Amino acid sequence: MLEIKNLHASVDGKEILRGINLTVNAGEVHAIMGPNGAGKSTLSNVLAGRDGYEITQGEVIYKNENLLELEAEERAQRGVFLAFQYPVEIPGVSNIYLLKAALNAVRKYQGLEELDAIDFLTLVRSKMELVKMDEQFLHRSVNEGFSGGEKKRNEILQMALLEPSLAILDETDSGLDIDALKIVSEGVNALRSQERSIIMITHYQRLLDYIVPDFVHVLSKGQIVKSGDKELAKELEKTGYSWVHDQPEGLSA
Amino acid sequence: MAEQKQQIEEFVPKEYSAGFITDIEVDSLPAGLSEDIVRQISQIKGEPEFLLEWRLQAYRHWLTMETPEWAHVHYPEINYQDISYYSAPKKKTDGPKSLDEVDPELLRTYEKLGVPLDERARLAGVAVDAVFDSVSVANTFQDKLAEEGILFMPFSKAVHEHPELIKKYLGSVVPYKDNYYAALNSAVFSDGSFVYIPKGVRCPMELSTYFRINAANTGQFERTLIIADDDAYVSYLEGCTAPMRDENQLHAAVVELVAMDRAQIKYSTVQNWYPGDENGKGGIYNFVTKRAACRGESSKVSWTQVETGSAITWKYPSVILQGDNSVGEFYSVAVTNNMQQADTGTKMIHLGKNTTSTIISKGISAGRSQNAYRGLVRIGPNAENARNYTECDSLLMGDKSAAHTFPYIEVKNPTAKVEHEASTSKISEDQLFYCKQRGLDLEDAVSMIVNGFCKQVIRELPMEFAVEAQNLLGLSLEGSVG
Repeated sequence: MLEIKNLHASVDGKEILRGINLTVNAGEVHAIMGPNGAGKSTLSNVLAGRDGYEITQGEVIYKNENLLELEAEERAQRGVFLAFQYPVEIPGVSNIYLLKAALNAVRKYQGLEELDAIDFLTLVRSKMELVKMDEQFLHRSVNEGFSGGEKKRNEILQMALLEPSLAILDETDSGLDIDALKIVSEGVNALRSQERSIIMITHYQRLLDYIVPDFVHVLSKGQIVKSGDKELAKELEKTGYSWVHDQPEGLSA
Repeated sequence: MAEQKQQIEEFVPKEYSAGFITDIEVDSLPAGLSEDIVRQISQIKGEPEFLLEWRLQAYRHWLTMETPEWAHVHYPEINYQDISYYSAPKKKTDGPKSLDEVDPELLRTYEKLGVPLDERARLAGVAVDAVFDSVSVANTFQDKLAEEGILFMPFSKAVHEHPELIKKYLGSVVPYKDNYYAALNSAVFSDGSFVYIPKGVRCPMELSTYFRINAANTGQFERTLIIADDDAYVSYLEGCTAPMRDENQLHAAVVELVAMDRAQIKYSTVQNWYPGDENGKGGIYNFVTKRAACRGESSKVSWTQVETGSAITWKYPSVILQGDNSVGEFYSVAVTNNMQQADTGTKMIHLGKNTTSTIISKGISAGRSQNAYRGLVRIGPNAENARNYTECDSLLMGDKSAAHTFPYIEVKNPTAKVEHEASTSKISEDQLFYCKQRGLDLEDAVSMIVNGFCKQVIRELPMEFAVEAQNLLGLSLEGSVG
């Protein structure tokens, strides 16, 4: 599904990612953990195609294509989905309008007919049950006045609707109370499948109690310094991130 | 002189897209403005004496006036002697014979706007009877209106058939002395629309120049007069989007609306005149005076405008709230891109008791354009309990455009309540990336965000107009980001 090879990326001349190597196969759930400033958000932004990052070395292969050569929307149309840490408000644009435009953009790429309003509504209603969202959310402006939990549920709703091959969840647990965390996690778990890979980026182990990953990686200073299974996350929870800074530079698991 | 003339031609070109005004003999007067020209216009139209007199008074007054310079727009001086003030409507046979002969760029625009093929042909000036039977369509429509006693006709026809109404109402809202361009228009106006809705009649359909076949080529000095008698209602759509794109000169129209007791007039405009090219060459100077009088008690006038075209827009659709409990509304979207300049807004003049007005203005500036909102809210001494709510929002795209807000508030009655809110924002990279990450390309993303910004205004438009306006917003801003 996804192969990241020796990826180096800079922002304003400052190197943030310093040689990331990661392979994610279809159906796998990977957690990427790390302290603030380790490069977690940079990694998700670079994968999603946000402007402002300079790739200085390395490559990213997604479904046999060079991902880094594609525009953000082309990546999205090919099934790369980023659940934002801070979902953006778009005043005056109803949620349902964005959802429909997004789904139809993806369908168009896939050579499918655009869904009409009635079929779309039926589909979106079924997906909303996943994240226990009320229908009134469809008619509110995108993320405007949403609580933190509502914003994150809205991200998962979009994911459920767009059915991506590769979903990157950037700090999806941040700002969630325990009830919202459960709802969001249940939504994500329902979307786990053999055809879908998920990369969860998180600071805390807490999320991994709800969405149990197949692999856990520790990111520090722009490199993956340790990889393991879910037990690694528990270890981190006990010892904190301070020990990773003591690891020798350039070590990758 | 020669240089000046060249300048005029450069900035006010006569033709924006070649291809469909080729080798046509048009019935027009020579360039220049004089009493004689005014007389000739009146004579060609066979007008009654009172109208000629009125035109001449306007002309003489215009001579004493000076070009207004208070607006936040800049352009070389216009030489009014270089303009031809009368050009007869082209006949059907003058136009292209089929769509193949029409400028493909224009067709592409129509296609993107989602205008149906029949309509595209009509808008492009193709002889429409080759496409569908426009005559019968028009007749069915006219019959239905006649049944209700509604008058809807070209202004020049109304002058002959209903001179008493013209005499009574012409200039009653916008006197010829009102301003420079209104005076010019009053002297030389060629044609326009006339609407009269009788007492108690609710006009069963939206009236539009689109339906009025012979209005497709009205001149650049239009005169529109709409009267809604007691308890009448009418919704009027002006302009369509692109049909007049081939007209590219100084455009100085006057629109007057009169609403009697409990009458309601809803006037919607989608303006897409040629804006000039990206370097500011060419384009229409759109200097328009639009004003409504809420003469009767509990009457209501609502202006909704989506302005995306013209090199320069200078336009303040206003409402004089004379009747007690009358209501004035102004919903506006003004988009400027490249080198376009807009100075637009409204005036709400509260004279009657318990009068209310609402102003929602959305300005979008892109490219190197200048976009100004200019609005006056005046509460007269007798306007007890008058209320106004104003909201002006500006959206900037890129870092070379500018937005300006000039609100004027004059309150002469202590019971008035006047609220003004203003904001300026930019389309953020975050919003664009969010949309792109959901699969939308840049153009669609910009269009969606801009439409969201304009929603309060767009939703005031009649449905079919709203769709056109939404498409147009995206189209006008094409290439302005990224």
